[in-house]
Amino acid sequence: MVKVTIDDIQIEVEEGTSILNAARLIGGEVVPPAMCYYSKLPGTGGKCRTCLVEVAAGSEKDPRPMPKLVASCSTPVQDGMIVKNKTSEKVHTNRGAVVEFLLINHPLDCPVCDQAGECHLQDLGFEHGAEGTRYEEERRTFDPIDIGNKIKLHMNRCILCYRCVHVADQLTEKRVHGVLNRGEHTEISTYIEAAVENDFSGNMIDVCPVGALTDKTFRFKSRVWFLKPMEASCECTKCSGKTVVWMFGNEIYRVTARKDKYGEVEDQDGKAGWICNDCRFEKKDPAQWNIIGPRTINRHSVISQGKYSTARANTQKKIENGDK
Amino acid sequence: MARKLLLEHDSVPGIETFEVYKKHGGYLSVEKALKKMSPQEVVEEVQKSGLRGRGGAGFPTGMKWSFLAKPEGVPRYLLCNADESEPGTFKDRYLMEKLPHLLIEGMIVSSYALGANLSYIYIRGEYMWILDILEKAIDEAYAKGYLGKNILGSGFDLDLRVAPGGGAYICGEETALIESLEGKRGNPRMKPPFPAVKGLWGCPTVVNNVETLMAVVPIINEGGDEYAKIGIGKSTGTKLISAGGNLARPGVYELEMGLSVEEFIYGDDWCRGIANGKKLKACVPGGSSVPILPAHLVTKTAAGETRLMTYESLADGGFASGSMLGSGGFIIFDEDQCIVRNTWNFARFYAHESCGQCSPCREGTGWMEKVLNRLEHGQGNLRDIELLEEINKKIEGNTICPLGDAAAWPVAAAIRHFREEFEWHVSHREESQTRNYGLLKESLVG
Repeated sequence: MVKVTIDDIQIEVEEGTSILNAARLIGGEVVPPAMCYYSKLPGTGGKCRTCLVEVAAGSEKDPRPMPKLVASCSTPVQDGMIVKNKTSEKVHTNRGAVVEFLLINHPLDCPVCDQAGECHLQDLGFEHGAEGTRYEEERRTFDPIDIGNKIKLHMNRCILCYRCVHVADQLTEKRVHGVLNRGEHTEISTYIEAAVENDFSGNMIDVCPVGALTDKTFRFKSRVWFLKPMEASCECTKCSGKTVVWMFGNEIYRVTARKDKYGEVEDQDGKAGWICNDCRFEKKDPAQWNIIGPRTINRHSVISQGKYSTARANTQKKIENGDK
Repeated sequence: MARKLLLEHDSVPGIETFEVYKKHGGYLSVEKALKKMSPQEVVEEVQKSGLRGRGGAGFPTGMKWSFLAKPEGVPRYLLCNADESEPGTFKDRYLMEKLPHLLIEGMIVSSYALGANLSYIYIRGEYMWILDILEKAIDEAYAKGYLGKNILGSGFDLDLRVAPGGGAYICGEETALIESLEGKRGNPRMKPPFPAVKGLWGCPTVVNNVETLMAVVPIINEGGDEYAKIGIGKSTGTKLISAGGNLARPGVYELEMGLSVEEFIYGDDWCRGIANGKKLKACVPGGSSVPILPAHLVTKTAAGETRLMTYESLADGGFASGSMLGSGGFIIFDEDQCIVRNTWNFARFYAHESCGQCSPCREGTGWMEKVLNRLEHGQGNLRDIELLEEINKKIEGNTICPLGDAAAWPVAAAIRHFREEFEWHVSHREESQTRNYGLLKESLVG
């Protein structure tokens, strides 16, 4: 066990834990945002740079500060390390810069995007983004493509977190989904659109932090905050069958995996609760599900706030209390 | 004429063949190292020599070698980084074209020191004809018993292979090189773990530049202490400089560290001054990614001392008034060159070569390129200059690999030293499309 201090809170964690996971053990506001790291997918992380933190002291043995900000998701803690996240001005500035970089080529089409309301980029932009843009050039654009017959890819919205690439790599049998080109022109793609046909490809939608990958059986049907998330289960031979069904009245609009407050799938029966494409795309009849009860969405985004009025009241309260 | 260690025999006809190379003292270091020295002794000689990596970063080679993890039963690899793609740098190309056996010799000795039984030369895809030269030389070395099983009866086995890249600057970054060699997309890896612990196929790996590995040969032949006598302070030995731009005699030169920059530019043995009798305007001393220096800071440091061709002297003054020796891509600009255009050109290169993995570099390099494009073509405004400064501050240090820094530094330095010229492009939009800004500020200095 090693001791690490994050934003003046000390915690003991196992050796080899990343700074981000140590912060998640503390919880609350010291947790850096993560757009590309996904704990259930080994190999992810380090790319988006939103989780950058300042290391004020490297370790007890070598208490020198690290010269650069480090990606907390891929930097292991060391005994006596002192990390600054919320308390560092440098982190604040540079995280804002990363958000600006992520948004310069983003279409900002939230009003017509299915992810709106549960979008990590929206949350990030709300917390760290600037009011306006300084980007005067033309945004790069791509045509939307199909990833198999159930998933739509809007590359314009993609922030290249590579999570879906890892899903394709680790959960599905054939490797038909990857990254093309480089630099600004990098895109997620499949060489042959129709070739994507496997049981777990739908998990790409769940891991996508933005609206780049959307469910074609749900697209444009409803805003997520109008739906009731309900925990449900079914007998499934391919996956755990433990899901969240999103209902409007007695109709099931969409099915997703059960996700935790960081937007990652929860463990079911001791392993990551990925769900199969049959559960996700085919079972839209309530009779096929054993509906357990309402699901709390434990993330501070529009859906968990319930209504805008609650959000506004919260903000009002914060202002009155003098918080920033 | 200065002493040459690597380019001593480069002009001998047929030096690329085994016979001629051997006749001119080739492969002596292999015999010395494998028969008379232990691997540890070879590492110690290199440590004593003070040799620093010639690829650009200037990290002490002996120290890098000493970091190599040596777990039992796990193979170790030596990789030669011949993915020389830095604009302005072409020394490795010349070395490999002329002296393929010197590289093989250096790699045998280095592999022996590190305990690597399989080594690779990763060469950039644009150097295909050099791949042929190297493979021919490797075949000769196998035939003569310098490669393969039980080299010279020493019991040391070494296989050497050449692997071409697909033509990406980023694959010169050591972890991207390793990824590419493994057959994957050339994206740099997150560090830690460093290649010395987990590199090629997850095994401990050392990646060295062509010139670094070649320099091991004279170090073993003459001894590390002898080698360390050449040069000044922590910059020991000789360095190859590929001089280009508006010089009277551009080319690849081997110089002893510590030669003055003034002598190198104007000396009769060296570049013989600026071409066509023009005046010096600026200099990029170490490849496109190092900060540009205006004329008054090229031959003298800000403190008025003579600037020398060493790691320390070129970096004197930090980024405010110094630069870096880098990879030795020495580019000279005369009075007719436009700094804005050149900066745009570099920015375009980095935007094109960014791997697109991490957001600051992917988005930032493209953004800078577009803003500079506008400025150069008379579409910019003063706000853009500040915006550029902002962007490069936000990229620098926030990326996975040093490509982000390499893209940010030249832009930052160009604005720092040539701000008037950028402003002139904004205030004289039409004029800037028909003529260059010229010397103005520099001619006042002398």
